Amino acid sequence: MPGATPLVEARGAGVRRGGRWILHDVDIAVSVGEVVTLIGPNGSGKTTLIRVLLGLLEPDTGAVRRDAAVSIGYVPQRFHVDPALPLTVERLMLLTDRRPPEAVAGALEETSVGHLLSARVADLSGGELQRVLLARALMRLPNLLILDEPVQGVDYLGEADLYRLIGGIVERRGCGVLMVSHDLHIVMAATDRVVCLNRHICCTGAPEEVVGHEEFRRLFGPDGATAAAVYRHTHDHVHDLAGEAARARARGSGVAG
Amino acid sequence: MLDDFFVRALLAAAGTACVAAPVGCILLWRRMAYFGDTMAHSALLGVAIGAALGIGLGFGVFGVAVMVALALAGLERTGRLATDTLLGVLSHSTLALGLVVLALSENGFRHDLISFLFGDVLAVTSGDLAVIWGGGAACLAVLVLFWRGLVAATLHEDLARAEGIPVFRFRVLYVLLMAAIVAVGMKVVGVLLIVALSIIPAAAARALSRTPEQMAIVASTIGIASGVLGLFGSLWLDTPAGPSIVVSAAFFFLASLAVGPVARAFR
Repeated sequence: MPGATPLVEARGAGVRRGGRWILHDVDIAVSVGEVVTLIGPNGSGKTTLIRVLLGLLEPDTGAVRRDAAVSIGYVPQRFHVDPALPLTVERLMLLTDRRPPEAVAGALEETSVGHLLSARVADLSGGELQRVLLARALMRLPNLLILDEPVQGVDYLGEADLYRLIGGIVERRGCGVLMVSHDLHIVMAATDRVVCLNRHICCTGAPEEVVGHEEFRRLFGPDGATAAAVYRHTHDHVHDLAGEAARARARGSGVAG
Repeated sequence: MLDDFFVRALLAAAGTACVAAPVGCILLWRRMAYFGDTMAHSALLGVAIGAALGIGLGFGVFGVAVMVALALAGLERTGRLATDTLLGVLSHSTLALGLVVLALSENGFRHDLISFLFGDVLAVTSGDLAVIWGGGAACLAVLVLFWRGLVAATLHEDLARAEGIPVFRFRVLYVLLMAAIVAVGMKVVGVLLIVALSIIPAAAARALSRTPEQMAIVASTIGIASGVLGLFGSLWLDTPAGPSIVVSAAFFFLASLAVGPVARAFR
């Protein structure tokens, strides 16, 4: 739970490329059972930050600490299979190590794509591919899921399904989740904490708080903020008034970070 | 039996093809066909240096191919020129340098030029055969042992690294394998056609396979069949052996274009 030792944590992380900071002075941490959503415009350094946290990229400043007991399930952005490389779903599941067939089938069942075991990866729809990649990550029994834009290439209805699926996984397994997203309206519902990134951390806090934050509104415009708030209301049924109330409340409560 | 030049040629061609084809599969997946060509073209410089230093042609070829790969990696890092430009520069300058060095070296060596360019599989000695099968077996062992990592590193570097695959080491290993294939196969089809023996059977195998492993095995089989067919064809039609082997592989590729859709329909 939040407050416990974080599974993964970056402090003052900075990455410099070509004489400018593409990531500057970033503090972020994810603990067990916590869903953190990373949002930001294109080129804001979201994937760079993910790569730093995964240990794929050494930051130029600051430090990254991964808990000794952390086991990460990773779903990368832009998973493209060259047409010259024949690949079935089963073989993709076994890409980096051997696993018993039951583990493979079980993981695929958990994301509702058990029937695709012998399908060709090239024939999968966007949503099916994301579910297979999620199953791959789950098969490694992670206590931290790192999902880089898990709903890319998925249609609007599929997006909601996929987020529900991820929400269910978190509930069942109690793992931490760090999720990158650029679409605001659906993300909010399953999230404990939103981190808004634009090379540095603009604001961070509970979804309602962030939506009301000045920098957030500058980045995403008033429409983005409204959409996010509206979605939360239609799905939580907490407030009577959409948008307005949430934003008013957020302004009053102040924002951490 | 090994006294018969034709049997030796068959063994040499089959030995080279069955290793070159799986390496060629990875070459296709990585979209590095021109990188293979560059390494092969540098082989002539390797031959010249190997002869001049008296360290054996195979070692010369292997060494120069590795150095070209390192030079490419270093030049790519500066980021000033596109990779295909760098490949063109390295490929042709090493080829030209090889020709110049050969011309400067002793005369006795120069008449062999054609055999280095196009291979001389019918003149393979028992010693050559030992090098081809020894080197080939070593490459095959490396391939089998590290196959999963090689495929994972090819498919998605970040995902592979996040799951504990040392991607950089596999990239280096792959370059070494490619250099070894050039050194081993030079005698069979020559430096101009060795990459053909890697990528054409691999390309032919694509339509017939559902997994990377199937593609590697099918490619090997097609490679061996091309070697046998090409050699018998060259005997029958009195054509040069190396090019005949590559032409056979091209026939298999054409056939795969027709067979692929049919095979798919029955799955």
